[in-house]
Amino acid sequence: MKILVCLGNVPDTTTKIKISDNKLDATGIQWIINPWDELALTRAMELKEDANNLVDGVSVVSVGLASAEPTIRKALAIGADEAFRIDCEPTDAFFTATQLSLVAKDFDIVLTGIESSDYNGISVGGMLAEIIGSASVSAVSSLNIDADKIIVSREIDGGKETVTTQLPVVLTVQKGIAKDPRIPAMRGIMMARQKPLKVIAATSTANLTEILKFEMPQAKGKCKMVDAENVAELVNLLRNEAKVI
Amino acid sequence: MNFEFTEEQLMIRDAARDYVQREAIKDVLERDEKSEFPAKHVKALGELGFLGMMADPKYGGGGMDTVSYVLAMEEISKVDASLGVIMSVNNSLVVWGLQKYGNDFQKDKYLPALCDGRQIGAFLLSEPEAGSDASHQHTTAEDKGDYYLINGTKNWITNANSASVYLVVAQTHPEKKHKGINAFIVDKNSPGISLGPHENKMGMRSSDTHSVMFTDVKVPKENRIGDDGFGFTFAMRVLEGGRIGIASQALGIAGGAMERAIAYSKERKSFGTEISNHQAIAFKLADMAVKIENARNLCLKAAWLKDQHKPFGIFSAMAKQYAADIAMEVTTEAVQIHGGYGYVKEYHVERLMREAKLTQIYEGTSEVQKIIISRDLLHD
Amino acid sequence: MSVLIYAQNWDGKFKKSVYELLSYGKKIAENNGTELIALSLGNVEKDELESLANYGADKIYFSNNSAFESFDNEIFTAALKQTAEKVAAKEIILLHNNEGKALGSHLSVALKAGFVSAAVALPESYSPITIKKKVFTGKAFAHVKVNSDIAILTLSPNSFEIKEIASAATTEEMNFTLPTAKTKVESREVSKGKLLLTDADLVVSGGRGLKSGENWGMLEDLAGVLGAALACSRPVSDEGWRSHTEHVGQTGKIIAPNLYIAVGISGAIQHVGGISSSKCIVAINKDPDAPIFEVADYGIVGDAFKIVPELTAALK
Repeated sequence: MKILVCLGNVPDTTTKIKISDNKLDATGIQWIINPWDELALTRAMELKEDANNLVDGVSVVSVGLASAEPTIRKALAIGADEAFRIDCEPTDAFFTATQLSLVAKDFDIVLTGIESSDYNGISVGGMLAEIIGSASVSAVSSLNIDADKIIVSREIDGGKETVTTQLPVVLTVQKGIAKDPRIPAMRGIMMARQKPLKVIAATSTANLTEILKFEMPQAKGKCKMVDAENVAELVNLLRNEAKVI
Repeated sequence: MNFEFTEEQLMIRDAARDYVQREAIKDVLERDEKSEFPAKHVKALGELGFLGMMADPKYGGGGMDTVSYVLAMEEISKVDASLGVIMSVNNSLVVWGLQKYGNDFQKDKYLPALCDGRQIGAFLLSEPEAGSDASHQHTTAEDKGDYYLINGTKNWITNANSASVYLVVAQTHPEKKHKGINAFIVDKNSPGISLGPHENKMGMRSSDTHSVMFTDVKVPKENRIGDDGFGFTFAMRVLEGGRIGIASQALGIAGGAMERAIAYSKERKSFGTEISNHQAIAFKLADMAVKIENARNLCLKAAWLKDQHKPFGIFSAMAKQYAADIAMEVTTEAVQIHGGYGYVKEYHVERLMREAKLTQIYEGTSEVQKIIISRDLLHD
Repeated sequence: MSVLIYAQNWDGKFKKSVYELLSYGKKIAENNGTELIALSLGNVEKDELESLANYGADKIYFSNNSAFESFDNEIFTAALKQTAEKVAAKEIILLHNNEGKALGSHLSVALKAGFVSAAVALPESYSPITIKKKVFTGKAFAHVKVNSDIAILTLSPNSFEIKEIASAATTEEMNFTLPTAKTKVESREVSKGKLLLTDADLVVSGGRGLKSGENWGMLEDLAGVLGAALACSRPVSDEGWRSHTEHVGQTGKIIAPNLYIAVGISGAIQHVGGISSSKCIVAINKDPDAPIFEVADYGIVGDAFKIVPELTAALK
């Protein structure tokens, strides 16, 4: 059984966001694997290392230009066996999912993170499943393989469902899928360059959406301070000014 | 001149940072207070490959360059200098010493477990009567034909309790003075070895430090490192490399203190504004940054020279002396910037200041480093 | 042409978030002179279905087919697709929850329709649709243009005011051609009864300043009087003082209640990331420099152990 993890290359989440010329200002930005995709990769590695199941390979794929390769190599350092890079800028989710489908169709289990920390794209997983016509489960917080059964937990409001699925399947995973993202071992880091990183030409397809411009949020107004001796005043403000109670 | 790091070096730096910022930080204050050995973290660092970074992969080492080692040591020491010293002793003194100067039998036997953290090592040179003046060894290793017999006491040994492999320096031929000193690989569990109590130290309290007593300890001939009388040269050469590790540790301690001072100064307010807006504080931070940048450049240059197989001893001395001294200055100022909060344990900087002090003392005091540097400057 | 909204139900009941979708969709329908259609899938009683008419639905389509008992990406997508084609939907509006996100993604490909998630306001223009949404985990906004005839949106929670507009709505049962399920729900585990944090309008939250889990009684009292749900910051759940289901923040739950009262919470950026969409934030903290005051609308500096009980008393 082969697992494919889709990786997004995103700015470090603690980066200050600067917009110039209607594009994200890339100066000084540290690029990282999208945190949710990193958790997905961690789970994939755990499954591969467990001799009790049928997973025998973990591959990763990312849509991006050559500048995305250091991020992809981190995934190889973490332990993926091979990587694919589809050579183009990831524009919108539909475009990205279409590119990913070039590779995804050859795998049994495809994992994508439920969100990406840059444009908060939440759609790539579902779109990919629809494009390749595979089974699809979203909001997956656990993944286990028992013989040839794929068992996942799907989060629902106030609880969860245990779901089994046929293969091939695209799983959109969320927090809980793995406890902490894996730190690459020194050996993995030194061997990353020796693992195959195949570059694939992009297929031409349209964007269904495009970003016209960005806007920074307005600075929040000052906090109205209420005297600690006059708690009743807070109740009054909440009732009559903010009107929330 | 290329001042940029390679992708691998950055990945190594980030892996070190991620581990300590996520895991070691959780119990660092508690371990400092209780003087508790970080067994869990040493194991994890071993599994990640941080304990045999530069060793040959055929022994299970990482085959990394010294620059990567500097970056990793710096990141780890920003959070936990005790982990830093455990790592430095293992990497720079024990693993590197064995790899460079051991024979195949010794390397095959001892390196693999030392590289992945199954075992850690300790380096036994200092004695109650011989610290800076290491050529006057009182510990003896009598040549008994097919074994050596070791008697004496070693002081201030890092990893004394947790290590399984000791590299012990002792005098075999007193008449030959320092040319009669040998170095040996000794199994810590050998009969005749006993440990003094755990030292109650000012800082780096999570690393275990003991004196070690040898009473008629037998060491097989095959465990002597190098030719007869090579021990002092061995110790001096190994310490040259060890200095890079300690310099990087001091660099990390200083860096950790500066990061905390910057963060604190942006939040703390006085006289109507964040204290970072007061020039007195801002200038202190600028001074810290310049000192740290200088220290880092010295560490990296020493590392680069070592990686190029060029003589690096003077630069490692400069790096160690300077990094240790500025670590003391930077951590002291960091406590000052924190004001009253800097004096309490919760804010970490008082711990960093206590840790900085030792970097000026061990593995060659700042004064010894100056002897090395000045002798090189002044020799004909 | 029409605006189609998917009215998700929970055990046969709709939540306020669905009414918010209807109010939002109604505004779009009125603007374009089209109809507002609601689709319900699963076992929902007639009365409940008809309640959708109170928020402007012109037509209510439904199906009680047992296939809709549990959510399945493929099956629900098929139903929505067939409905959208039947009503010539130009705008399809979904909840910004797990189901809505999954449906929107699948439908986008199935209908070749642009999908914009976490929209924060009505579209700025139509034909083509341009709309504002959150990006970079809330640090910025993007104005997005949809390049297709049909647009699919999820609405960011608590972005739009619910308006009751009585409509003369017709209800019609739908018959779908559904694919065979590729997944199977083996079991379900739900914690019954408690007010869900993500549904709550009012939330009372505690942080490290409470000193210990034993001090939560006063927060429970305050929450009780307000009818609020309880939440906490990450250190509190890490320490085990409260369940991790109450943890609100970037790595916990992201919520958007009308009122969020933060007691003894310093306001670290990861926590703020989970609450910044709240309508109104109140901070109670003894440290006047705590960062929480920079995001709060109202604040009290003082001893929480004194202020919270006083607040509870004043509310009674």
